[in-house]
Amino acid sequence: MKAIITIQNIASDLVTTLWTPLFVAIFVGIVTYALWPRNKAAFDEAARMPLRED
Amino acid sequence: MSQPSISKSMTIGESGLALIFAATAFLCMVGAAKAVDAPFAFHASLAAAASVAAVFAILNRYFDRPAELPPQEINGRPNYNLGPIKFASVMAMFWGIAGFTVGLLIASQLAWPALNFDLPWTSFGRMRPLHTSAVIFAFGGNVLIASSFYVVQKTCRTRLAGDLAPWFVVLGYNFFIVIAGTGYLLGVTQSKEYAEPEWYSDLWLTIVWVTYLLVFLATIMKRKEPHIYVANWFYLAFIITIAVLHLGNNPALPVSVFGSKSYIVWGGVQDAMFQWWYGHNAVGFFLTAGFLALMYYFVPKRAERPVYSYRLSIVHFWALIFLYIWAGPHHLHYTALPDWAQTLGMTFSVMLWMPSWGGMINGLMTLSGAWDKLRTDPVLRMLVVSVAFYGMSTFEGPMMSVKVVNSLSHYTDWTIGHVHSGALGWVGFVSFGALYCLVPWLWNRKGLYSLKLVNWHFWTATLGIVLYISAMWVSGILQGLMWRSYTSLGFLEYSFIETVEAMHPFYIIRAAGGALFLIGSLIMAYNLWMTVRVGEAEVQAPIALQPAE
Amino acid sequence: MSFWTRHQVFEKNSIILIVGILVVIAIGGLVEITPLFYLKSTIEAVDGVRPYTPLELMGRNIYVREGCYLCHSQMIRPLRDEVERYGHFSLAAESMYDHPFQWGSKRTGPDLARVGGKYSDDWHVRHLTDPRSIVPQSVMPAYSFLAKTELDPAMIADNMRTLRDVGVPYTDEQIVNAVADLKTQDDPDGADADAFAKRYPKAAVRNFDGNGGAPTEMDALIAYLQMLGTLVDFKLYNEKANLR
Repeated sequence: MKAIITIQNIASDLVTTLWTPLFVAIFVGIVTYALWPRNKAAFDEAARMPLRED
Repeated sequence: MSQPSISKSMTIGESGLALIFAATAFLCMVGAAKAVDAPFAFHASLAAAASVAAVFAILNRYFDRPAELPPQEINGRPNYNLGPIKFASVMAMFWGIAGFTVGLLIASQLAWPALNFDLPWTSFGRMRPLHTSAVIFAFGGNVLIASSFYVVQKTCRTRLAGDLAPWFVVLGYNFFIVIAGTGYLLGVTQSKEYAEPEWYSDLWLTIVWVTYLLVFLATIMKRKEPHIYVANWFYLAFIITIAVLHLGNNPALPVSVFGSKSYIVWGGVQDAMFQWWYGHNAVGFFLTAGFLALMYYFVPKRAERPVYSYRLSIVHFWALIFLYIWAGPHHLHYTALPDWAQTLGMTFSVMLWMPSWGGMINGLMTLSGAWDKLRTDPVLRMLVVSVAFYGMSTFEGPMMSVKVVNSLSHYTDWTIGHVHSGALGWVGFVSFGALYCLVPWLWNRKGLYSLKLVNWHFWTATLGIVLYISAMWVSGILQGLMWRSYTSLGFLEYSFIETVEAMHPFYIIRAAGGALFLIGSLIMAYNLWMTVRVGEAEVQAPIALQPAE
Repeated sequence: MSFWTRHQVFEKNSIILIVGILVVIAIGGLVEITPLFYLKSTIEAVDGVRPYTPLELMGRNIYVREGCYLCHSQMIRPLRDEVERYGHFSLAAESMYDHPFQWGSKRTGPDLARVGGKYSDDWHVRHLTDPRSIVPQSVMPAYSFLAKTELDPAMIADNMRTLRDVGVPYTDEQIVNAVADLKTQDDPDGADADAFAKRYPKAAVRNFDGNGGAPTEMDALIAYLQMLGTLVDFKLYNEKANLR
């Protein structure tokens, strides 16, 4: 049934096998960015933006 | 800009737009004359009249204004542009009441079918899109446009980009609503749920929406703050994704360029997939991402505390928009859509529970240390309860996307109940809360006319929601069970009409719930009206009185 | 100067944000939608599915116009009770010429995917004119105006041409004869019945609303309802060949 080597089959194989690790990597990247200690000050500053009045 | 101009002249925007509208008026008159069906002639005439009105409005505004355009800053403070926001807020309240009223009517039609009046334009099939579009796009859309224009100015500390463009967005968007709504009553529809407007309304909306994106983006680009506040991320994701969804779901070929009928390019199973990719993400990006932006601005503002965790909001944002886009196929479980697509839709829908609750926790925990404010401030209570409803419906949603549950819930009132716990509880309440905040700020009032009336609104509407969703839970699950019920001899136990008959009491309770929700919104409209009419003016902050350098 | 350089970075950031949003929202849609266009298994191989006749097409447009899909699905799920209540579960092939699809999402009324032939024309006329005269507990609106509204066949050929442009295989012959075919299908004594039958195999020819004279919207809608789900002969359908 399978085993025919076409671009579409290769593409669908790649997509079906690689997306989980890829998404996990992206997710880990976002979490790392969000939790990176050096970013904390900037985020705390950003969080106060709605509260400043002018 | 800073050069002092002596003589007054039209800007390129003013003259160009006036010319474009003049040409549009002419084209629309031609369209009305050559129309092949009556609704198209009516819409073309409406568009011609609106275009002429637009030309007059632009010229009138030009003659009335001083030589210089409004300054970006006055005394070192941003000169915020509030006019279009005021207009959109008023329209939100107007369309809200209209949409809730039509909702009450169609709910009553299901309980008492005589209310269809045997007329084409009052029958359920034409009124139902009127209801959904009025509450989602007219009420919700105006709330989103008004609040986004407010929040983006305030958090970027800069005046809204564009001179005529913001007015074009709010007026053009509301004109789209008029065309879409009158179209439904005249039988003009593509029959794609929540994307019913025909090809010419879709084209017009595309123009308005791209302008909206440009105004929003240009305002962000000239911001005076180093960071783009998280609410603006959500607004931006909402605006961009709705554009993509609108273009993906709506490509259609008109039968005649002078007629209202068109055929969608997609057919059968592909059309179904495109439709629910659109349909679910209209929920995900219009009714969720957009209103989460409201949550991230108005809850901290009203509670006078920064959001609980800005880090969580970053993870919340990316995880939510990534996962949502996959969830559409759960609307097509057990249909002729291939199984692999259904499985993907279910998997991602279940995962979506996590970022959704992350956002809910972030909203609710913003009140930590300020819970006492819930006792004294009914507006904050409304905002917080909206987040609680968000949490409830984003738990219910993933549950209903599981195939076994869906096999029972699909095609029943359970879905209607689920949608309304999100629409009334989450979108409705967060919008009410935001409007209660916005109106005094926009019209420069010290506070609302009456907090007591807010309290009345809150409890009437809450009771209405509880009646609505519990009636729909019972009727939905009951009907689902009756459909699949067998006698001991192995025959189907109930005919279809017996299951319809069993729904009757719940349809009455649902209509009662809707009536309470409508009454609440009327209380709100009165309260806001009185706030603008008789409210005490806010004293200007002293900094404004300091002389400029 | 330093403000300017910083400002440029901010501008880039908002563009980066947009690009990020676009990439993130594109993935799900692309993976779920594109394969439906190239995977052959998406639409089953069956015999009998044909484009709508002009009269059926006008009926279908009335079905769309009145929002029937808001209360009636046309999608039978492969669940025991549904198959027993409504008939064989729906195939993707059965709606492959549907622009737009009418699968629906709610069953305030019953599924209509295989309503064709289930009731007589007379039943439909009476039911559409006054639903509660036939089914007292029904909550359906009455559509008495359909029988009083004559069809306007002026645009029917343009409708079919547009459908051909989006992929429905109407032939030149079918389009040229659209107006004649529309009248023929509603008139059992018409002269062109044989030619019509050749153009639309197995399409029913009769006066659907039981009233002579020019075809009405009632004729069109009933012609559409009576053909729903009747195109595929499930005695000949090879279930195993289409497993997916």
